[in-house]
Amino acid sequence: MTTSLSGFIGGALIGLSVALLMLLNGRIAGISGLVAGLGRSRGERWWADAAFVVGLIAGPPLFAAVTGAWPAMRLVASLPVLGVAGLLVGFGTRLGSGCTSGHGVAGLARLSPRSLAAVLVFLASGMLTVALVRGLA
Amino acid sequence: MSPARRLAAALLSGLLFGLGLSLSGMLDPARVRGFLDVTGAWDPTLAFVLGGAVSVAALGYAVARRLPRPAFDAAFHLPVRTRIDGPLVAGAALFGIGWGLSGFCPGPAVAALSTGALPVFVFVVAMLVGMAAHQGFVRGAS
Repeated sequence: MTTSLSGFIGGALIGLSVALLMLLNGRIAGISGLVAGLGRSRGERWWADAAFVVGLIAGPPLFAAVTGAWPAMRLVASLPVLGVAGLLVGFGTRLGSGCTSGHGVAGLARLSPRSLAAVLVFLASGMLTVALVRGLA
Repeated sequence: MSPARRLAAALLSGLLFGLGLSLSGMLDPARVRGFLDVTGAWDPTLAFVLGGAVSVAALGYAVARRLPRPAFDAAFHLPVRTRIDGPLVAGAALFGIGWGLSGFCPGPAVAALSTGALPVFVFVVAMLVGMAAHQGFVRGAS
C-alpha cells in the first residue's frame, strides 16, 4: 500500500472515531482537551475521557498485533528539544483551545471559521519553524 | 443516561483513533515533520490523512445535525466560542512551533506512549506541564 493510500484510510478511521464520539456521546474528539480534562476532578466525564485515552494508547499495540509490525516512529529531536517542544504544545493547545484533532479534524468538519484560522496559523508556524531549524542546521 | 455505554463508546472511539494514527503513519514524527518541511523533501502524507479524516467526520457531523441528541447522552456538547481572537492565534502559533520542533502533536504523542520509548514520555510529561502552566496562567489572570 502506498503511503498516500494508507494515509487516507488511516485518516478515514480517525474521522470515524471523531464521528462516533459525536453521534454516540455528543463530544468533540479533541485530544489536547481530553488529555487536559484528566487534570479535572473525577466525575463521570473524567472516566469517559480516560476511557478514550486508554483506547488511544491501546491502538498502536492492537495495530502491531493485527499487522505483525509496530508503526514506524523515527524521532527527529533530542531530549531537551522534545522537552521544550512538549511545553509549547501543552501551553499552546490550551491557549488556542485545540490541536490537530479538535481544530484540524473536528473543527474543519464542522466548517468552523475559528478552527480554520487556528489550522492555518499552526500550519504556518510549524512550516516556518521547520524551515528556520533547517536554515540553522 | 447510560454512563456505561458512554464509557464503552469513548473507549471504542479512542481505539479507532489510535489505529487510524498507526495505519496513517502519523505516529512517525519524521513523516509529520516531512509535511511541514516545505523547503526540503516535502512529504504530502499528512494532507491525505487530514482529507480522509475530515471527509468521514463531516459525514458523521452532518448526520448528527439531524438528530435531536446523541445516542448515549441528553444533548450534544459543542464549542460555544466562535471569535477568532488573540489567544486562539497566539496559542496556535506556539503549538505550531512545538509541533515543528518535535514532529509530535498531542494525539500521536499520547498514542506513542504504548511504545515505551523514553523520548515520548519526556515529550508527554512536558506537554502536561505546559497544560498545567496554562491552567495556572488563567487562574493568575482572573
